[in-house]
Amino acid sequence: MKIYLKIWRQKDASTKGKIVDYTLDGIEGDMSFLEMLDILNEDLISKGEVPVEFDHDCREGICGTCSLQINGRPHGPDRLITACQLHMRSFNDGDTIVIEPFRAKAFPVIKDLIVDRNAFERIQQAGGFISVNTSGNTIDANTIPIRKENADKAFNAAACIGCGACVAACKNASAMLFTSAKVSQFALLPQGRIEAMERVQNMVRQMDLEGFGNCTNTGACEVECPKGISLENIARMNREYLSASLKG
Amino acid sequence: MGILDSKIPSGPLAEKWTKHKNDIDLVNPANKRNIDIIIVGTGLAGGSAAASLAELGYNVKTFCYQDSPRRAHSIAAQGGINASKNYQGDGDSDYRLFYDTVKGGDYRSREANVYRLAEVSGNIIDQCVSQGVPFARDYGGLLDNRSFGGVLVSRTFYAKGQTGQQLLLGAYAAMNRQIHRGKIKSYTRHEMLDLVIVDGKARGIIARNLITGEIERHSAHAVVIASGGYGNLFFLSTYAMGANVMAAWRTHRRGAFFANPCFTQIHPTCIPVSGEHQSKLTLMSESLRNDGRIWVPKRSEDAKAIREGKLKPTQLKEEDRDYYLERRYPAFGNLVPRDVASRAAKERCDAGYGVNKTGEAVFLDFDAAIMRYGSEKALTSGLKNADNAHIRKLGEEIVEAKYGNLFQMYEKIVDENPYKTPMMIYPAVHYTMGGLWVDYNLQTTIPGCYAAGEANFSDHGANRLGASALMQGLADGYFVLPYTIGDYLAEDIRTGPIPTDSEEFNKAEKDVLDKINKLMSAKGSNSVDYYHKKLGKIMWNNCGMSRNAKGLKEAIQEIAALRKDFWENVKVPGEANTKNQELEKAGRVADFLEIGELFAMDALERNESCGGHFREEYQTPEGEALRDDKNFKFVSAWEYKGDPKDAKLHKENLIYENIELKTRSYK
Repeated sequence: MKIYLKIWRQKDASTKGKIVDYTLDGIEGDMSFLEMLDILNEDLISKGEVPVEFDHDCREGICGTCSLQINGRPHGPDRLITACQLHMRSFNDGDTIVIEPFRAKAFPVIKDLIVDRNAFERIQQAGGFISVNTSGNTIDANTIPIRKENADKAFNAAACIGCGACVAACKNASAMLFTSAKVSQFALLPQGRIEAMERVQNMVRQMDLEGFGNCTNTGACEVECPKGISLENIARMNREYLSASLKG
Repeated sequence: MGILDSKIPSGPLAEKWTKHKNDIDLVNPANKRNIDIIIVGTGLAGGSAAASLAELGYNVKTFCYQDSPRRAHSIAAQGGINASKNYQGDGDSDYRLFYDTVKGGDYRSREANVYRLAEVSGNIIDQCVSQGVPFARDYGGLLDNRSFGGVLVSRTFYAKGQTGQQLLLGAYAAMNRQIHRGKIKSYTRHEMLDLVIVDGKARGIIARNLITGEIERHSAHAVVIASGGYGNLFFLSTYAMGANVMAAWRTHRRGAFFANPCFTQIHPTCIPVSGEHQSKLTLMSESLRNDGRIWVPKRSEDAKAIREGKLKPTQLKEEDRDYYLERRYPAFGNLVPRDVASRAAKERCDAGYGVNKTGEAVFLDFDAAIMRYGSEKALTSGLKNADNAHIRKLGEEIVEAKYGNLFQMYEKIVDENPYKTPMMIYPAVHYTMGGLWVDYNLQTTIPGCYAAGEANFSDHGANRLGASALMQGLADGYFVLPYTIGDYLAEDIRTGPIPTDSEEFNKAEKDVLDKINKLMSAKGSNSVDYYHKKLGKIMWNNCGMSRNAKGLKEAIQEIAALRKDFWENVKVPGEANTKNQELEKAGRVADFLEIGELFAMDALERNESCGGHFREEYQTPEGEALRDDKNFKFVSAWEYKGDPKDAKLHKENLIYENIELKTRSYK
């Protein structure tokens, strides 16, 4: 396959970026999308040019590092996968592919396709935990039974990989899906209920401070989420928040 | 041997850890506030250690190359975590978990360390549940368990196929709580480039800020290396792309002994390489071997026709297929242990029976299982005259319920439907049992420098059992280091902050800068990946699933030559004082080019076959591993002496007081 690429190049956070065109020949359908970029970079290095930097690590869809906006969609055209799981067979000979970093005010570009997602870290630090010491001197794991339905729902929320696709997909660059996934996971478990009020208030406060937009229920985040995190989590977070505000 | 004192406490096996905890020195809470600890790596071991030490009151600094601690490769572990809870009432106990682990490691691990691991395993589950880790539960609301390879009990706790993710996010949450309190300072996108030793003690590190390229000095009273394994030196593996040995290797270069480098686990069921462009391999869970039958064609001309696409595997008659595991190992069949299954696949492919276009794949076929489950379902549903198509449909539904997500993952990568045509699989590197040598306290041979998780060598011997890596990482971080490091730091309560302007820091920083300058100024013509791929091929061909003296000697020479070529002809584009992924890779590959040689030397030195280390010269007439307990019942611990070929071997003899050494057989 012959592929025409339009890639965002930006030297560093303070330099203005631009789209640069590249052409690649001999691309096979069995290659992953990132392997296609590896080939481009090998080509650039051999020509003495600076390769395109992009974030990636596990290349199996679980670490949440890769963060490419491909033809306007976070992680590209296929559903329920990350960019590293996308394969070139999803494209055709002669296609033009536009690759940009995830775009959001709270995710400043570091270089080329790499963005700074520390805002997510600070949201988690504000309350994404249960305040129990790790001494191991806690109660036996089976002391408190948990309804399977709730345990499964908590797991589904906890499956978030923190990639930021939800923010990149949202016209308001809202981080509600990301934040609500953690709020929900703990809200559904008896261990997490104890601090539920403080948690939701602290995490939402930090989310707002970081400059993420608000949720207008378009559902784009749920569509683009590689792990299928449900919008229900946002509804649950709103309920938790309201209830905490009334009680608090 | 005085130089390698494992510091195993005296007394009966089951009382050693309790006794040791009672004997060691403590640091009072007020003094802990004046003590700094650096932790390199934020996976299960590093993350859990950071959270626990910060809770105790120490000032912790963590370093990871990823943009968040949550992205460490522990996140990719699928299957589960072992613990001797005996919730299923099937006779499990600390002793059984201990015994299974030592036997599974082919009797090359330390009894006392492994027993402690089993002893604290139950606490890990209690701890994780209290942190909100959503383990699988049954309809009664209690925790569910499943069985894993090589054991006779159900002791594996799991969270669907994402156990590693959920455990890591638990440790990450515990870290976040301490970051929020200001007790942990988290340095992300930072890489440790050197260990700083002052007066014989580990007192800090030199790190590179991967965004700005700045070289930074960080001091502490103790340093913990929890940076994972070194399997990425094979280039193709199930490791993350950035996984590297830099922190561990540079610690080794500063004096920490490196133990059992040749003990590597090669997992039999991974999606095979599809071409030269391949960057990474993906695991297909071992559980698939419960229902899948592994085969290749009996005739090499059929294999050739399949490779060329002229023949479909489903067209090949039953009598023309070679179910080689069932043929060679009638007792265990397709469920032989990982090392045995991997070697057998390689043997068939080397003989010309491989079935994909590269000739390095075998079939994992679910057809028989689909028909068997389908027939059973038809019977229990009262369908007496169901035709084959109907039975197949019923069977596929059952297989989908059991393995659906794996089948979907396979189809995404390979673009073939594994319900209709057999999967193609091949072994791949995915864990290293070897690592920095540590004593019972997890201290390396450098005072004040500790190693935890996959980065150390201590618990898995020559072969790791499934679901034990997560257990070890969390045991080290949550429950072992917090005690043992205090014993060491008790002497440091009057030391005060460690200055970073000392001669030792100057020297270490200069060494690091010289190395970076050398890489940047090579101005050769080959990319870093060019060397990494070449190294990977040497390792895979000569130091992979089976090894022999001739191949290992060749590997030693080839790696040394490749390393020389690398330093002369590598090309690192861009600048050193900016974000530069090629420079990051170059530093990592430089270290792989050194450990690769030591790996081969260790494999050459060990004239026996045990666990994942199979030397072709040492096998039974039936082709099985032949261990030599008389001459090789030891841990090899290598001392750095400059060039890898000059490394000096020290031996820690293993003593078995509670377990009788036996031969493993799967016939």
